Amino acid sequence: MLVFRKSPSLAVPIMAILAMAPSANAFTACQITDTGGIDDNSFNQTAWEGVLQAQADLGIDARFLESEAETDYEANITSLLGGACDIMFTIGFLLGDATQEAAEANPDQLFSIVDYSYNPSLDNVLGQVYATDEAAFLGGYLAAGMSETGIVGTFGGINIPPVTIFMDGFAYGVEHYNQRHGTDVVVLGWSPETRQGLFTNNFESLDDGRAFAQNLYEEGADIILPVAGPVGLGSAALADELGPDELMIIGVDADMYQTDPERGHVYLTSIVKRMDATVYQVIEMVRAGEFEGGIITGTLGNGGVDLAPLHDFEGVVPADLVAELAETRAGITDGTIVVGTD
Amino acid sequence: MSVNDTLDSAKEQLLRRAAPGRAQFEDLVIVPLFAVAVALMLGALIMLATGIDLPTVGRSFIALLAGSVGSLGALSETLVAAVPLVLAALGLALGFRTGLFNIGAEGQILMGGLAAVIFGFTFDGLPFAILMPLSLLAGMLVGAFYAGIAGWLRAATGAHEVISTIMLNLISYRLLDYMLRLDWVQREGRSDPISRSVPEAAELPRLLEWLDPNLRMHAGVFVMIAAVIVVHWLLFRAKLGFEFRASGASPDAARYAGIRAGLIIVLAMATAGALAGLAGANQVLGVLGRASPGFSAGIGFDAIAVALLGRSHPVGVLFAGLLFGALEAGGRQMQVDAGVSIDLIGIIQALIIVFIAAPLLVRALFPWGFRAASKGDAE
Repeated sequence: MLVFRKSPSLAVPIMAILAMAPSANAFTACQITDTGGIDDNSFNQTAWEGVLQAQADLGIDARFLESEAETDYEANITSLLGGACDIMFTIGFLLGDATQEAAEANPDQLFSIVDYSYNPSLDNVLGQVYATDEAAFLGGYLAAGMSETGIVGTFGGINIPPVTIFMDGFAYGVEHYNQRHGTDVVVLGWSPETRQGLFTNNFESLDDGRAFAQNLYEEGADIILPVAGPVGLGSAALADELGPDELMIIGVDADMYQTDPERGHVYLTSIVKRMDATVYQVIEMVRAGEFEGGIITGTLGNGGVDLAPLHDFEGVVPADLVAELAETRAGITDGTIVVGTD
Repeated sequence: MSVNDTLDSAKEQLLRRAAPGRAQFEDLVIVPLFAVAVALMLGALIMLATGIDLPTVGRSFIALLAGSVGSLGALSETLVAAVPLVLAALGLALGFRTGLFNIGAEGQILMGGLAAVIFGFTFDGLPFAILMPLSLLAGMLVGAFYAGIAGWLRAATGAHEVISTIMLNLISYRLLDYMLRLDWVQREGRSDPISRSVPEAAELPRLLEWLDPNLRMHAGVFVMIAAVIVVHWLLFRAKLGFEFRASGASPDAARYAGIRAGLIIVLAMATAGALAGLAGANQVLGVLGRASPGFSAGIGFDAIAVALLGRSHPVGVLFAGLLFGALEAGGRQMQVDAGVSIDLIGIIQALIIVFIAAPLLVRALFPWGFRAASKGDAE
């Protein structure tokens, strides 16, 4: 009732807010998440940190909209159109269609999408893509070296390229370790050849994360790489109960040791995708008037992707293995090691 | 004495049934109005309790209003969100009237929507005037069939429709995942479960595109209005609708009156499924242009609330659906303007349901509202 009694005078504050929104000097960066939400400890959160960093350093305004369902993508983009945002970040492959449609209908609005590139490219969309397989390769190598059962596992959210690229790199890294050491470490949950594997088919359910990890654990895996945003937190919960001697988790997107500190001790490492860095870079480009449609790529070489520090496992991981990892990293960046089938 | 009392109260009931105006008005209009008001107030209190300051709370309610009815774009978004809710809720309302508690709208939406997409891209090349209506029809038929399974199970074996529709929902999720991976359904060049695009001739045309390409309101609005009229006619003017309602009011009496209970259950479920299928077809042909896992987005469950809020009356369902559509569109704006979480809208919706489901609670909270009404004066 409180609200409705005021209704005759509502017009005034509405006008005031409408007048405030497009003020001339302010620069606003907007982010639209996928269904994982802004606080997913991983994918969307990392990108948002780039926006927040820019807010702190450059004094820009920042807004975000969370998508509850995939039917929200287009609606969310629409509700931020109309000049409120100088740059709109759409986070994730799944927003590819919606972003393209909005970009074509609104040629003056700048967009930057994570994990998607358009062919042919659009003038007002900058895709941020990552050679995640390079960092995942190191993760796979480390996992193969650390596994006591000789079995490691992985599962994904949805069978889409930005997810499977992690699993590819991971599997190739394990293979590389096997070749070098003559071992026979097995990867469960993904085959780079058949392009088939384990998928939860969502990026939300922590229960699925737990159940999938449980299955892999029962098959003998002692290190698991969940590539499904917040779903991996469910796997970490299982590892927390079993203890890191039984089951370790490799985090994705962010350094999960830091984003999920309560269970930090179960993360062997994380395969980090520095969306915060690229998002920040794009904001700077827009402010400097240097925005161009196309793609920017994050690699191991330019720091766009990386392996997180070992944190609690510093000292637990044998020095030889650490040295081999450094060697492998150098090999990938100078091109002597090619990630992929050779 | 006691016999007289019983007679008196029976007489009273008869009279009330003969002149339903006042009681029905209170039940249909005043209870929902108060429920919405209380839910909004409690929503404000929850915002305050979670550390949001008073100006932000005020701003978020203004945003809720502005984002739902404050502009042409807002109205368009409200309608886009309301259309599938109203369609699915009409089907559920019809089921409630027949005494069937159908939880399966979600699955029926998925199956109907998938059928509409498949029909659309399979018969690509047919002219709009044929392809679009037939795609809608395909969605309705498959939705009807899918709901009919639960109806048949109930009629033939006595399996309760609540259980069987929940199970059919779960089956529909996996069936959709499976279908979306079939070569002839999956979009070329994609490895994730996503269907081919619906051709333009099968799409429900956007009505306001000539004004602004971002206005998403589409011809599904007319489908919704037509469905409200048809369901109203079916329930209150047609013989079949009378049989539905009679079965719902008293299954035994209906049976003794010669109504074939089994047939009525199957028909009611199928009609409800057809409407849910239509809602799904409307989503894929009007909004999404494709099918992918989870395109139903919980509409089938929200529709249960809409049907209850609308008191299972077609016109009530229409208004309840518009309200929920407005909450959805406005909730988005709340997030944009005030940074309030979209989850809060979910809480407000849930609170509305709680108060709707407990009319006595609302009457106890606002006795003066009902006194005013009983004097024949509407607010």
